[in-house]
Amino acid sequence: MSSRQTRLTRAVMTAAALLALAGCTAPTPWVKPYEREHFADPIMSFNRDPISSTYLDHALETREGAHGGTGAVGGGCGCN
Amino acid sequence: MQLSAARGQRAVEERVLSPFRRTLLALCIIAAPALGGVLPEDRADVMWHNYNGGDITVEGPAVLVQKKAGDSLSFSAGYYEDMISSASIDVKLSASPYHEVRKQENVGVEYLHGKTTYSMGYIHSKEPDYIANTTFYSISQDMFGDLTTVTIGYRRAWDQIFRDIKQPDGTIINDPTFHERADHRGYSLSISQILTRNLIADFNYELLTDQGYLANPYRKIRYLSPGQGEGFTLADQVYPNTRTSNAASVQLKEYLPWHASVAGSYRFFRDTWGVVAHTVEADYTYPWGHWTFDGMVRWYTQTHADFYSDLFPYANYQNFMARDRELATFTDWTFGAAASYQFHVPGAPWISKSTANARFDHLLIDYKDFRNALLASEYGAGNEPLYKLNANIFQIFVSIWF
Repeated sequence: MSSRQTRLTRAVMTAAALLALAGCTAPTPWVKPYEREHFADPIMSFNRDPISSTYLDHALETREGAHGGTGAVGGGCGCN
Repeated sequence: MQLSAARGQRAVEERVLSPFRRTLLALCIIAAPALGGVLPEDRADVMWHNYNGGDITVEGPAVLVQKKAGDSLSFSAGYYEDMISSASIDVKLSASPYHEVRKQENVGVEYLHGKTTYSMGYIHSKEPDYIANTTFYSISQDMFGDLTTVTIGYRRAWDQIFRDIKQPDGTIINDPTFHERADHRGYSLSISQILTRNLIADFNYELLTDQGYLANPYRKIRYLSPGQGEGFTLADQVYPNTRTSNAASVQLKEYLPWHASVAGSYRFFRDTWGVVAHTVEADYTYPWGHWTFDGMVRWYTQTHADFYSDLFPYANYQNFMARDRELATFTDWTFGAAASYQFHVPGAPWISKSTANARFDHLLIDYKDFRNALLASEYGAGNEPLYKLNANIFQIFVSIWF
């Protein structure tokens, strides 16, 4: 393994370890739990009605060349 | 010899983890269980959907049920049906109008442990000439005081593709000489981040690979043949057997002081076929008494695939040739509006909340290099007007929470 690869591997592993550790030694959240009541409101959900958004994504995606990258998993459709 | 010995020594060193790597690995393992989610609400949705555009009608029912079992498990099951009547421009050019039904079933389970949510699911889709099986898996972790949720996901799909043919007596069967397969894999990373007390962001990235038969077996390319018929001849499409795609998106949602929300999103897509696409969407949600109203505008544009052409100069012009309009250059707009009414179901105390919902979307696709070949006799091959598609998409559904 070249020294460049070694440095890259160390950097990735260090970043992964720091990310994992951050969960238990996280910095103080800048938005306190009692300040998050708006995120409990259904209007703040990115996917308020999954049955509706899944259908609309499917209807549009079958007519477009791009797909994926929206966090949703679609089923298979030949759409011949 | 010396060189070989040195290589062997390095190989041994690489197999044994150094103290530095062992320490990091141990820290990762110790930290992992301390990291952390919310399961979906118990709810059921029943929907009727209808798509009408381009001489295609697709409608049918859909059902989705999500139910928790204890504090850690949540199950979901769904059924979806498409009843398709198609006499689209492609069908009129190279096939026959048809009616068929596609049925899809899906099941899923989520397990919450601490701040970690493990999900997996299975989707089965079947229509007379296409069978698809999809499995998906994901792990979500809440971190940084629950301000951040990181999700990694994997999905795999196996498709079987058939081609229907009409027999002399009018019955339709699968062509016994045609049975193809396609495999799809997707690797995703999502980060949901609370930015302020009113603003949340979602970042998604997905790498997708497709392998196998990726064309539409019914659609044809056309090439110039002056002096013959309408000036063009139809031939089979030839697609590459592999496709790798990258899609990345960002969404932002802001809570507004008058109890409403506004959202914006952007997605970038690029694949190894040469398609580059951009999607921009804006949404507005406004609750008013028992009502909730939604408005949406979405803009999408893409470039054509490298091997796409509306009209090739001659037969076998290149090794890969396609005329699927999904691979053409086009821009589309979608305008959507939805209304939801929350009501009480008398005599059913186990229902905590219920809504009746209606949604309408209008889709306009403006193709830049896909022409209406059905008008070739009138305008001449290659001079036909560019095709446009207008479609209306309706949804009506009822949801209950229990």
